[in-house]
Amino acid sequence: METLTPTRLGRFGDYGGRYVPETLMAALEELEAAYEQAKADPIFRAELDALLRDYAGRPTPLYFAQRLSERLGGAKIYLKREDLLHTGAHKINNCLGQGLLAQRMGKQRIIAETGAGQHGVATATICALLGMECVVYMGEEDMRRQELNVYRMRLLGAEVRGVSSGSKTLKDAINEAMRDWVTNVRTTHYLLGSVLGAHPYPTMVRDFHRITGEEIRRQIVEKEGRLPSAVIACVGGGSNAMGAFFDFVRDPQVKLIGVEAGGRSTALGEHAARFSGGSPGVLQGTFSYVLQDEHGQVSLTHSVSAGLDYASVGPEHAAMHDSGRATYTSATDQQALDATVMLARTEGIVPALESAHAVAEAIRLAPTSLSEDIFVVNVSGRGDKDMGILSRELHLDGAAQEQVR
Amino acid sequence: MPIRFAHHPGLVAYLTVGDPDVATTRAIAVAAIDAGADVLELGVPFSDPLADGPVIERASHRAVANGTTLNHVLALASDLRAARPQTGLVIFSYLNPILRYGLERFTNDAKAAGVDGVLATDLTIEEAEGHYLNAMLAANLAPIFLVAPTSTDDRLRRIAAVSQGFVYAISRVGITGTRQTLASDARSLVERLRRFTQLPIVLGFGVSNAAHVAALGEFADAAAIGSAIVGLIEKTAPKEAPAAVAQFIEGLRPVPAAPTTR
Repeated sequence: METLTPTRLGRFGDYGGRYVPETLMAALEELEAAYEQAKADPIFRAELDALLRDYAGRPTPLYFAQRLSERLGGAKIYLKREDLLHTGAHKINNCLGQGLLAQRMGKQRIIAETGAGQHGVATATICALLGMECVVYMGEEDMRRQELNVYRMRLLGAEVRGVSSGSKTLKDAINEAMRDWVTNVRTTHYLLGSVLGAHPYPTMVRDFHRITGEEIRRQIVEKEGRLPSAVIACVGGGSNAMGAFFDFVRDPQVKLIGVEAGGRSTALGEHAARFSGGSPGVLQGTFSYVLQDEHGQVSLTHSVSAGLDYASVGPEHAAMHDSGRATYTSATDQQALDATVMLARTEGIVPALESAHAVAEAIRLAPTSLSEDIFVVNVSGRGDKDMGILSRELHLDGAAQEQVR
Repeated sequence: MPIRFAHHPGLVAYLTVGDPDVATTRAIAVAAIDAGADVLELGVPFSDPLADGPVIERASHRAVANGTTLNHVLALASDLRAARPQTGLVIFSYLNPILRYGLERFTNDAKAAGVDGVLATDLTIEEAEGHYLNAMLAANLAPIFLVAPTSTDDRLRRIAAVSQGFVYAISRVGITGTRQTLASDARSLVERLRRFTQLPIVLGFGVSNAAHVAALGEFADAAAIGSAIVGLIEKTAPKEAPAAVAQFIEGLRPVPAAPTTR
């Protein structure tokens, strides 16, 4: 597999770039310029910081999960509680940033894609807050399995448009959002929800989330007097992971571990583990690892968690994978469900099914780790939205409840 | 065979290869050429055609589902080149199938098949400069790009400078698909682009009937017809599709076509 000559425009090593219909180029250039200007503007920063603090609830706690750590033996496990943020996941960080940016650009209409619905809810929330029109594209399969978030978005005043093509999940929602954007580009800002898509999105979205890692550094030094041995985060598109990892990229003693969706099996179509099952390609604006067949057709994916159920991954993760700076592993549907139960019953915390993949990796690693090791697990969201799936998968309807261990 | 337009306005016909099957696409292609299409765009089906409207998206998904690949498109090109030596043949694809095939392998095989040019829908000029353009030029294939009403003059200049064959102007902001009227965006885009290129300017997206073709003939060199043809194929029985498409194309030029001087 060859790569195109890097132009350095929004490139992470060979990955990234801008692969979009020409119609969108002017909008991407406008967005990039507006973002660069906003980034350098202390007023923008102050406005965003105030909202992150007073509205979203930052900083989030770094919590020592003592009972979980004792149960597993080995490393001390800390949980970064992004699940405690307003709207229930890290996604609000980026939505506040891009919302304010759209306002500065004079765009009154916001569109977004969503998988698990957390990004859709966060987008609908900031649109209500800022008084903007909001349309969210969501695969019909995801609408079915995350229906509570559909109701939340509608309650917040957003229009949720179901997408029935392909696997009816995140990838198909992004295609529809891109089509909307191509058509309405002059009036509309596309509030992309992960470190995906064409430049400047992967960089900008990472920047809006890097506060997570900055807080982890400050908090762990305060509590332990040193940096963690590892930071562990789930990776769908990869926004919560980039946010947690970025501040530690230059600290080689801190292992960065991304956890993908291992799904039901390692067969193509049964998982969303891009680094073990994919190869470099172009999908939806960026050059990165893609689950695809030998002819370049993008594969269907599967994960119990809608937010990880995607055929590609953020290009900066692809670069960190190839350079070895981060390692990428996967947890199966079953491991994620087991991790959800264990965290719920040792700590009284129900993680989102996405975040449960990161918890599963900590559970796997801890027993063979050293007692002086410190793991930080980014609990990127909470599991309230998953109660329907959890009820079915874990038989929480009463009769079989005792079987759950 | 260099791309040339024997009529004014010229006609560029887009087909999603493999919809409903490759043999039918071949029969439709020959019929379209014989009915007066100057250039054929052979669309490579892709799983995620995000610049396309529902008609071409459905066709693309049908063709992917029946196993049509870039290999089939190249084989069809070779076959058409032998059958109709005078017609311009352009491969119209999203980038990923080309990358997966291997860029140099693709340009070499496309040239060997008699292809004249390549248009990659999601390849911007920034990403094309370098490896892609070098491979295209080394194989003597025309790099064809899209320009849009939102393209700045700087971008038009930069795109025109490396284009060959023709420049494909998108008539309006949006995805592919038919529209009742041509957008007012179209004329001003063509006029802006004309300052930067001597190449033929082909106008597409939303062009679907003889009135559109006649109207754009006042300022552009040719019309590209996609969704209207693909939609006709969708609703016609496969064995009747070649005749239906031929009749449709003939109907796009209600008056006897004047020989072009361009």
